[in-house]
Amino acid sequence: MNAITMAEGVRAGELSATTLAQESLEAIRARNDELNVFLHIDEDGAMAAAARVDDAVARGADPGRLAGVPIALKDNLCQVGVPTTCSSRILEGWRPPYSATVVDRLLGAGAVPMGKTNLDEFAMGSSTETSAFGPTRNPLDPTRVPGGSSGGSAAAVAAAMTPLALGSDTGGSIRQPAALCGIVGVKPTYGLVSRYGLIAFASSLDQIGPFAANVADAALLLEVIAGHDPMDSTSLPEPSPNLVSHLDDGVAGQRIGLVRELIDGADAEIVDAVERAAAVLAAAGATIVELSIPELRLGLSAYYLIAPAEASSNLARYDGVRYGLRVDADDVAAMNEATRTAGFGAEVKRRIMLGTYALSAGYYDAYYGQALKVRTQMRDAFRRAYEDVDLLLGATTPSVAFTFGSKTNDPMAMYLSDVFTIPTNLAGEAALSVPFGRGEADLPIGVQLLGPGRSEARLFAAATVLEDAERGS
Amino acid sequence: MTLPAGWEMVVGLEVHTELRTATKMFCGCANAFGAEANTNVCPVCLGLPGSLPVLNKQAVSMAMAIGMALHATIAPSTFHRKNYFYPDMPKDFQISQYDLPINSGGYLDLPDGSRVSIERAHLEEDTGKSTHLGVSGRIHGAERSLVDYNRSGVPLVEIVSGPDIRSAAQARLYASELRAVLIATGASDGRMEEGSMRIDANVSVRRSGDPFGTRCEIKNLNSLRSLHRAIEFEAERQVALIEGGGVVRQETRHWDETVGATSTMRVKEEAEDYRYFREPDLVDLAPDADWQRSVAESLGPMPAERRAAMVALLGQASDAQRDAIDVVIDLGLERYVHATAAAGGDVAIAVARVANELAAAGDVSKLMEDAFVATVAMESRGQLSATQSKAVLADLLATGGDPVAVAAAKGFEQLSDDSLGDIVATLIAAHPDEWARFCAGDDKLAQFFIGLVMRETRGRANGKAVIAELHARR
Repeated sequence: MNAITMAEGVRAGELSATTLAQESLEAIRARNDELNVFLHIDEDGAMAAAARVDDAVARGADPGRLAGVPIALKDNLCQVGVPTTCSSRILEGWRPPYSATVVDRLLGAGAVPMGKTNLDEFAMGSSTETSAFGPTRNPLDPTRVPGGSSGGSAAAVAAAMTPLALGSDTGGSIRQPAALCGIVGVKPTYGLVSRYGLIAFASSLDQIGPFAANVADAALLLEVIAGHDPMDSTSLPEPSPNLVSHLDDGVAGQRIGLVRELIDGADAEIVDAVERAAAVLAAAGATIVELSIPELRLGLSAYYLIAPAEASSNLARYDGVRYGLRVDADDVAAMNEATRTAGFGAEVKRRIMLGTYALSAGYYDAYYGQALKVRTQMRDAFRRAYEDVDLLLGATTPSVAFTFGSKTNDPMAMYLSDVFTIPTNLAGEAALSVPFGRGEADLPIGVQLLGPGRSEARLFAAATVLEDAERGS
Repeated sequence: MTLPAGWEMVVGLEVHTELRTATKMFCGCANAFGAEANTNVCPVCLGLPGSLPVLNKQAVSMAMAIGMALHATIAPSTFHRKNYFYPDMPKDFQISQYDLPINSGGYLDLPDGSRVSIERAHLEEDTGKSTHLGVSGRIHGAERSLVDYNRSGVPLVEIVSGPDIRSAAQARLYASELRAVLIATGASDGRMEEGSMRIDANVSVRRSGDPFGTRCEIKNLNSLRSLHRAIEFEAERQVALIEGGGVVRQETRHWDETVGATSTMRVKEEAEDYRYFREPDLVDLAPDADWQRSVAESLGPMPAERRAAMVALLGQASDAQRDAIDVVIDLGLERYVHATAAAGGDVAIAVARVANELAAAGDVSKLMEDAFVATVAMESRGQLSATQSKAVLADLLATGGDPVAVAAAKGFEQLSDDSLGDIVATLIAAHPDEWARFCAGDDKLAQFFIGLVMRETRGRANGKAVIAELHARR
């Protein structure tokens, strides 16, 4: 059952939120040992939230737009009292004393958070293989990765444990796992969704966004969590956009750019899917324009300086002094070092070192400073492209879901799995991945739609056209 | 103290002042000194994972007020992260301003007529406060360290002077004038003893006419006296070092108040690389013209102007009176003096009472200006002795009211001249030896007779009136 149908049923008193939560718990328990999707199942919290919804319905009060809908939260989102680890030993056992703004908004809308899902440690990775608590398996083929970093949230929806999930996308961490798990994943415009309570990886790139099995559910979830938040200085100063009411706007009359740099290097079956998607959009009345944005090729290099630089600072606070892991030593500096040595995994250490180096005196201009210039060029290049077209189209990933261990020994190969998604984060713009076609071993393919800032309504409308075509409607 | 002939010191000061905002710089926690440890804290000022800073507008207004008072240019600015590890800094970086500060350029004129340039006055957040238990009292060798995060995230403005100061006395004068200006803007309470104003001094020496020498930075001077002594010590140390054939190393030094000496904290090679970069969680700061205008309009006259106005009321001022005037201005209590002057009262008495009795009271909210003026008038006319006047003021400060009624309730009604004369005559008759010595010119005996009269009248007599009686009878 999709989220919208569930919420309608609960609001009408035809479905019980408590029953939906129990069914979700059963689905989670049925496969969690196998797939390692949830790091923490919040049974008590979920049942209490569901009971509140049922109670509201019984009293005749408005239970909210997501009444009774179970949702999974990536474990880098703070929820008061619920263990929050970022899949890192360094935060093991930490229970935040406050909730992220998105969590408050979900609860306010009657959603039922079921627990916290696995991710690459501090969201640094593309397969969940860097999680300190073991990788998540792809529900469609457990020998393969679900993608990452939000692999647990994507898998929760793909395995029908919950109809909805939240992830965070710093360089593709929502769109890439959505593509690999055959679901919809959205990276909203930077600032559309409050980051308050999202444990930072790279603050200027991080953005929370929805996972859902279909476009309409994702649109509803984004409407619920978006909108200005005074607790986040980078939050856009405007209310949540209307998305659901524009789902059927179609693409007639729109110009959509098929971007060479967003398919170059992808497997043939992926390129085929993107070209078929272009044909579908054209058939629906859009004009497809083939174009090249050469600056996008610089994205990966700039990203791997900017994101680690910010991470090196954001992750400094895990020093053993106040919370999380502490490894005792002779003095404070030694304690800091011992704690961080024991608490962080190899990928996190690699990025902290990269970032520290990129910001160091004597190297700043050559690395971090240069990356900032590239970022500006990328923004300018996108802006020029959007002067000519309304949306861009490309692949989400270079390949379908890959097997465990196939890229863990080669960081560059792993980093390249985000090559098509990173430019949107650098530009602070919006993009989504929608399932379109199948490839090797019948695994799903995602195609990516990209738009300028605040173009979510247009993106969802275009994604609906592709989804309808896939369903044969 | 002077340096040996031919030598000159060059000093620049970095003054950190906490701002008197209601809440902290990036969160809603109370900005209050003296609360129980770790009670004014929240996810933001504890730097908990996922928390984000939101800039306090009042802190920006106060920073602009400081900039305006120092004739600085207010410009669009940005925030940076200054990265280093320290247990009392919960994020292990400090949010500060770097290449684009809110205030740049400016100057401060000192009472001695000299002018010190201001390079910048930027916003940043304070750290928590560590207490190191153990013999050293410092983090190295501490058995245990306690951290209070109540101060974490308190807004600070760091005011950096140019290298224009040429003596310890001038440095002290600069710090004290700056302190008065900060208080006058309302941005700071200037309480050095509570750490709300802290000073680092950059000191170098050179032979007159030479280029600047290598500087040492003395950290955390927390009184004007320490500032003066530390700079003198440091300049003398450097001159002695160079004259002995040595060279000054660029380093950070610690001032030990008990020993009266500076010592090395860390040398330049150990200096941290702070890896400054733009704070991605904050947006650019560009106060618009309306905001700047409202701050400018709320800014009253600065201490130099106010001091001159008070001196003009006195005609001329002794050193003690100048010190008293500084206290009056620090506390912002000039309205009592001006009200006295407007009523044609005795300004000297008014200044003394404000700088002493009102200053000691702290809270003057119950003391009406006209009540103060009336009290001063009673004192200057001899209707109240100084002691009685102070007692009346103490009552008025505590509970308010009318000074005539308070004086009457205390039994301070004036003795009539006749009855005072009778009492004096009786006491003279009872102490013929003392009276003879007084008549022989020993004026000290006047105090003896005043004491007798006061005992006899239970303090109701006016000392000046007693002296007049004694002299009339000598």
